[in-house]
Amino acid sequence: MAFSFFGGIHPNDMKALSRKAAIRPFPAPEVVVIPLSQHIGALCKPLVKKGDKVTLGQKIGDSEGLCAPVHASVSGTVTAVEPRPHVGGTMVPSVVIKNDFEETLCPDIKPRESIDDLTTEELIAIIREAGIVGMGGAMFPTHVKISSGLGKVDTVIINAAECEPYITSDDRLLREEPQRLIGGIRILMKCFGLKKAYIGIEKNKPEAIQKLSEILGWNSDIIVEPLRTRYPQGAEKQLIQSITGRQVPPGGLPAAVGCAVFNAATAAAVYDAVWLGMPLVRRGVTVTGRAIVEPMNFLVPIGTSFEELIDACGMKDAPSKVLTGGPMMGIAQFDWSVSVIKGTNAVTVFSQEDLADAKDPRCIRCGRCMEVCPMHLMPLKMYAAERKNDIEALDSLHLMDCIECGCCSYTCPGKLHLVQSFRTGKQKLRDAAAKKKA
Amino acid sequence: MMKHFYETHISSSPHIRSKDSTATIMRDVIIALVPALLGAVYFFGFRALTMAITSVCGAIFFEWLYERVMKKESTLHDWSAAVTGLLIAMVCPVGLPYWVLLVGDFFAIVVVKQLFGGIGKNFLNPALAARAFLFSWPVMMTTWVAPGSGSPVLLSSQTEAVDAVSVATPLAAMHEKMLPDGSLLDAFLGNIGGSMGETSALLLLIGFVYLLIRKVISPRIPLCFIGTVAVLSFLFPQGGCDRLLWTGWQVCSGGLILGAVFMATDYVTSPVTHLGQIIFAIGCGALTVFIRYFGAYPEGVSYAILVMNTCVVLLDKVGIPRRFGVPREGGKKK
Repeated sequence: MAFSFFGGIHPNDMKALSRKAAIRPFPAPEVVVIPLSQHIGALCKPLVKKGDKVTLGQKIGDSEGLCAPVHASVSGTVTAVEPRPHVGGTMVPSVVIKNDFEETLCPDIKPRESIDDLTTEELIAIIREAGIVGMGGAMFPTHVKISSGLGKVDTVIINAAECEPYITSDDRLLREEPQRLIGGIRILMKCFGLKKAYIGIEKNKPEAIQKLSEILGWNSDIIVEPLRTRYPQGAEKQLIQSITGRQVPPGGLPAAVGCAVFNAATAAAVYDAVWLGMPLVRRGVTVTGRAIVEPMNFLVPIGTSFEELIDACGMKDAPSKVLTGGPMMGIAQFDWSVSVIKGTNAVTVFSQEDLADAKDPRCIRCGRCMEVCPMHLMPLKMYAAERKNDIEALDSLHLMDCIECGCCSYTCPGKLHLVQSFRTGKQKLRDAAAKKKA
Repeated sequence: MMKHFYETHISSSPHIRSKDSTATIMRDVIIALVPALLGAVYFFGFRALTMAITSVCGAIFFEWLYERVMKKESTLHDWSAAVTGLLIAMVCPVGLPYWVLLVGDFFAIVVVKQLFGGIGKNFLNPALAARAFLFSWPVMMTTWVAPGSGSPVLLSSQTEAVDAVSVATPLAAMHEKMLPDGSLLDAFLGNIGGSMGETSALLLLIGFVYLLIRKVISPRIPLCFIGTVAVLSFLFPQGGCDRLLWTGWQVCSGGLILGAVFMATDYVTSPVTHLGQIIFAIGCGALTVFIRYFGAYPEGVSYAILVMNTCVVLLDKVGIPRRFGVPREGGKKK
């Protein structure tokens, strides 16, 4: 590895809890709740109504513009199309399907013998129809990422850093199904017409690195890049910096520096879509945490509730927090009936001892937040400016560059709620900009 | 299906925090001061210990009292008052009457720290500001006791301590443009006159190494501070003294190492940017030499730091990190 990024932290990764558990298919539940928003962009319009029969893999929601369609993850009957709690914390229109346990496959789903004849446009269309989005959590529609990067991208990077503590779903995918991943990467390379791609993996996953290196050999068109184990190695901008040494300019997309980054699970989903014709209806989810009896890695039908996943693994005692994703960037859930969506890589359940509530936060100006900020920001000054509602200062301190990775909050000895304050501050900046326009 | 009714917490990410806190940092500073404190006891007798305990208790008491009276949340758990108390004792002569020490504690905690908003808000180093204030009693503050002559009796009075053997500090000699008597090794080990905690360079450096290992401080400020004093002393020895000896004495005597390691590195009253810290430290070093050479007092470390403390607001504006993804002006994009 030739490059590195500034800052970062090294928290206890807690991956030992679940990294030995092989991926198991999670039995399809009786009812799935499939939100019509599982991507950045326009809400899908439902294509089915109450009472309709649906098949596994059938498209049930789609829309124009920046959008990725959603599909039925089980076959059965639609019992409702109504707002349901969403992992994002809001109510989102969702399609509720009662499983008939027939697993009747949608007739459109046909494997392909060969993909050599497919053009880039056809590949992009297939990826769009399969509803593929960035599965690392951001859920940006993959077909848009590809089409907007055509002609600009010279480097495809696969994000298998999995730097977030606790989560092991990508690690298991790399170890158990490297061929799906590699097949997906070759398709992505074909889309961009590139002869080279990189897979970035943190060094705390030696089995995955070894497995992929063995398969690919030393002289492959796909290069395995072992990365320093340092959070946030898997943040898009930091990953690009670690692998290419390039820095994405403020407000810019990776394509601005010739890069396109895809999560490992996304690449595998691209393989499924193109070779098997299978849309994105299942994904790997790590169910873990110290309040979980037996942490597991599951292949979960989209729309399965958190409650069912937690029940399947068992709960030790009263949990203190339930997160979608890991502890650094995950969102705390108040309703356990929320569904697994395309960006859900983990369900982390904290025990009481994991609680890190801070009372009476005070800044002692130690400057550690600056030492760990991978975006070269000055969190302590941003915090002070946000507290004072100093919009001008927030802007000149480049608050909007903050990627909310949480390194500053993690490291702060004064236990300031830094990231929380920056989220508020960003809203204040947006409000101020809107006011100016009006 | 089972229904869950657990009360779980909702908060903004991140959901984990490092174990380091203000309290652990302050505790590390106290641990780093222990060798120097033990040295003070060894050189000046048990009164050094009772001075330290009195000052720590005093500082904690005034912090408690102020927050109690003002109905503020107690900050005793962060150990910062204890650090201030200990540092005040370290920068005073061992024979100082206890009541003067307590006046210093009061001034540091109530006036310098709390009236400006408590921990993190004061712009002067509380311990040094207290020392400067205590020079309202200049004779008491400059009555130095010779090492090894301290009364072993607990709570001995100032007169007894003074009766022991009063001595001039090496800096007093150098203020007269002369090399001090005695060996430089004694100065390094701490067998010289001076404030309680400042005499032994060796023991302070042990504390310095501990703080570095624990990553409480970076070496930037102490090295630049001491380095500046060393370079200036080497370039401009006074009274035709030997350059190397003069430099050695300048570095090992007075409060330089104590100030550079424990005072100038105070987070609250030093800049946060790397460049700001370097300028701050060089400023401290240059002012120290300037005051030692041309000032009325032979020692200048504490005033140098206090003056530079007032520049921190400005120094925080230099060395702002380069914005991610934007090339340094004039430089090539990486």
